[in-house]
Amino acid sequence: MEAPARSRAISLEVNGEQIEMEVPARRLLVHFIRDDLGLTGTHVGCDTGNCGACTIDLDGQPVKSCMALAVQADGAKIRTVEGLAAESELTALQQAFNKHHALQCGYCTPGMLMSATALLERNPHPTEDEVRYALQGNICRCTGYVNIVEAVVAVGEEHA
Amino acid sequence: MSPTPSNSLLQGASSSTVVETVEPVVLEKGYIGRSVPRKEDRRLVQGLGTFFDDVRRHGMGYVHFVRSPYAHARILSIDVSKALELEGVYGTITGDEVAIHTDPFFEMSVEPGGNIKDYALAVGRVRHMGEPVAAVCASTRELARDAADLIEVEYDALPVLVDAEESLKDEVVLHDDAGSNVVWSGVFDWGDVDQALAEADHVVKIDRLHFHRFSSTPLECAGALVEYDKGTGEWTLTCNHQMPGVGAIWMAPALRTGIDKLRFVTHDIGGGFGNKICLHPQYVVLCLMARKLGRPVQWTEWRTDQHTANAHGNERTFLDVEVAVKADGTMTGFKVKALDDCGAFPRYEPLGCIIWAQVTPGLYSWRNIRVDFTQVCTNKSPVSPNRGYSRMQHLWLTERIVDIVATELGLDPVEVRKRNYVKAEQMPYETPNGCVYDSGDYAAALDIALDLIDYGSIEERRVEAASRGRLLGFGIGSTLDSGTNNFGQSTLLNPDLQFSGNNEAASVKLDIFGEVVVTIGTVPQGQGHETTAAQVVADILGCSPEQVNVRRGHDTWFNSHAGFSGTYASQFAFTGLGAVKGAAELVREDMVQLAAAVLQAPVDAIELADGFARIKDGPEEAALPFMALGAIVNANNAFLPPDFNPTLNHRFVCRPYFGMVDTEKKTGQLTLTYATQIHAAVVEIDPETGEVEIVDYAAVDDCGVRINPQIVEGQVHGATAHAIGAALSEEFVYDEDGTLLTANFYDYHVPHAMDMPPLKTGAMESPSPVAPLGAKGMGEGGGGGIHCIGAAIQDALRAAGGAIVYTSCNPAHRVWSMLQDPEATRANVKVVSR
Repeated sequence: MEAPARSRAISLEVNGEQIEMEVPARRLLVHFIRDDLGLTGTHVGCDTGNCGACTIDLDGQPVKSCMALAVQADGAKIRTVEGLAAESELTALQQAFNKHHALQCGYCTPGMLMSATALLERNPHPTEDEVRYALQGNICRCTGYVNIVEAVVAVGEEHA
Repeated sequence: MSPTPSNSLLQGASSSTVVETVEPVVLEKGYIGRSVPRKEDRRLVQGLGTFFDDVRRHGMGYVHFVRSPYAHARILSIDVSKALELEGVYGTITGDEVAIHTDPFFEMSVEPGGNIKDYALAVGRVRHMGEPVAAVCASTRELARDAADLIEVEYDALPVLVDAEESLKDEVVLHDDAGSNVVWSGVFDWGDVDQALAEADHVVKIDRLHFHRFSSTPLECAGALVEYDKGTGEWTLTCNHQMPGVGAIWMAPALRTGIDKLRFVTHDIGGGFGNKICLHPQYVVLCLMARKLGRPVQWTEWRTDQHTANAHGNERTFLDVEVAVKADGTMTGFKVKALDDCGAFPRYEPLGCIIWAQVTPGLYSWRNIRVDFTQVCTNKSPVSPNRGYSRMQHLWLTERIVDIVATELGLDPVEVRKRNYVKAEQMPYETPNGCVYDSGDYAAALDIALDLIDYGSIEERRVEAASRGRLLGFGIGSTLDSGTNNFGQSTLLNPDLQFSGNNEAASVKLDIFGEVVVTIGTVPQGQGHETTAAQVVADILGCSPEQVNVRRGHDTWFNSHAGFSGTYASQFAFTGLGAVKGAAELVREDMVQLAAAVLQAPVDAIELADGFARIKDGPEEAALPFMALGAIVNANNAFLPPDFNPTLNHRFVCRPYFGMVDTEKKTGQLTLTYATQIHAAVVEIDPETGEVEIVDYAAVDDCGVRINPQIVEGQVHGATAHAIGAALSEEFVYDEDGTLLTANFYDYHVPHAMDMPPLKTGAMESPSPVAPLGAKGMGEGGGGGIHCIGAAIQDALRAAGGAIVYTSCNPAHRVWSMLQDPEATRANVKVVSR
């Protein structure tokens, strides 16, 4: 029997850039993004898939990147928090996070922004309950979610 | 005895101002008091913050700790040979090497706790599950983990202690050097509680109350990148330690080096809440590893490791409580035995054995209090300060007492509080143990909370809920967030300790092109120091906060720190901003004198405004931009006369005055400012399941002058969320073998967005007469949530057997048990009436 491959070449698009790289077969997608691509905005807050700090956009879906292997992203199109603001022009959601004080330490923020961005893309005017439901996979230990929910709802209302 | 202020600075405290709204207060002039949007956010919302784990170094190795699966065992052998054979493994460290190359950490307790030997890795014996026994360093994170699996450790299991009262028996002793599980014990006795009990109309006795083990579990785990410079013998720790000043005091002697050899650097930190204070054991291992391997080494704690073996909050059992109550509901005193469980090693302890005394009487005016305090070790994770550290446990006791007294004597929980609260006109108020409550109006804050939850309609809502088969209850939680602590209180535990007072440093300079640059010794973890410091400096120098560059984080090399530097114990508003203010005022003085010299005007004719130094009401051209001032002093100064030396570059250390503590009477000013929080909750319980739902919630905070109301409110939200989690779900549960059953976010449920009820907030401003800006430290007062939810549950259960809430954590299964067998908890309480 042939020995299993310990690494594999993958090809994917990250924040609009084409990436080709040989990765260890067991490398988590989040560690590939952080350590191999140097995109350190995507964070790790747990080791059980509960906290959502590593949430990215993978082919249009919010995905916890600690729950996937890098090799599973072969051929995918990924957007991370660094890909939200084009040319440093903050998105309406990023501006709302600042205005409504929706972040304190900022560690959960990239994951929150990715989950909330996905929500606003499929439901541009969410209610408070819809926002809470969409963010329930993202843990924040600083804000009690009050201002995060307020910021997301406000973006929906402003663009109604 | 009538309370009198002991500090002349406190005479004539300012009156309270009720601020009904949390909308930003827009002032005509000045930035203090405005909800200026945070300067930190721009980088953080783009994922461009720098957390320690984001920092890379060429050739760095990743460290993984081998941890004990046993709660208590002798280590028979450790074999690292298989790990070292693995390609890509750089090296290992075991307890034997630690014992050779380091000394045990300094212990703060007297005997017996003072004799405990606490090393950076387990030496010969493990005392809690998850205790690090060896470390391995490899070229990748994955490989380090693989290598750790190849390290073979042989253990011989020992009997396990998971209960503080069992520990007290000393049948099994954790630390042979101490010879007892007791770390520290002592009696605090103020007033005359025996007389108060003898003269009472009712004595309410409570056999047992238990404050449970949980922690605020910051989302970013602990860690560091450590580099060793062989030429200078210096270590640089790029890390997330939140109290480097004290961290260095622990680490340097253990490493047999000077404090000047340890450089702490922090950037952005993903939450702390006290849980990043006791990182010195792991950091010492990293220092040894970096020196041994001659390469940078990096360690990022895993979530499960953080829960298992880093920092839990103090668990405390209160026994034999007796409360003296007069016929009219006036409470005159109480006595209690407090038994604190600090886990396997005292680390920051036994400071928790005294920190509670900052709030000895809680918010109440009883003068006779005796606390017989004992702290023991158990085979559980060591503790570390956790938001509300030690005061929260004690305040929970006082609030439980008030609500149990009210329930047992049929008193109204609002009335009994208002009768017994320290009154606004008594401020500043000296407590029985010599602390001075600087300002506040507790009854007025309670009224705001009651309004917010529409207290008048509670009985109506109770009936309505009952018609739906649900039990409705209402509860109040009153707390104080004591800030800027006096380290001299440590001498009440150990008179030989050479700590007292407090300090924080900052420097402010005006640079060549007119840039205002601020460095602070504080180590923020989300509190917005860059923004609030910029607001203060902007007001003093007459510019906008955008023009002020507050350096992120802490760096020991900036000389911007002092001995107690850090972010802890609710003190930034006092010491941190006090230092910033002091340094900015010195720079301002230079700027004014320089402008006066250049513009040939008297000093008192110069004003700083809109980014200029100019002659008041003078012609438009009689104005120097900051750039001109900065350039003259920094780069074009040959013409300045030799006796005129404005530097535009000043360092200031804020050192609050406390006076000395009295180690005989155990009295003194243990802390300086007291922010007030009054929380109120309305809950509904499903009697079928015991499930508790918070249906209405209000949090009122009074922290004096609010530098940035939006940031203050954010702290209130966050602290409340911690309290709600603690009150209803978060608990570190151990089985009888000492295995932690809630070792990660799967089993340890913290509030998610769906769990949080809508929060109503209110604010008051009772300026502190002692703080440099009238602002009190705040952010730790969330304990009010634990109290008011427990009280609301007890109130709801009145209609279903009248169980007494005896613990600080009441998830559905516990409430269900109280519904099934209310008598079991009622048996805990007796009333003896004359």
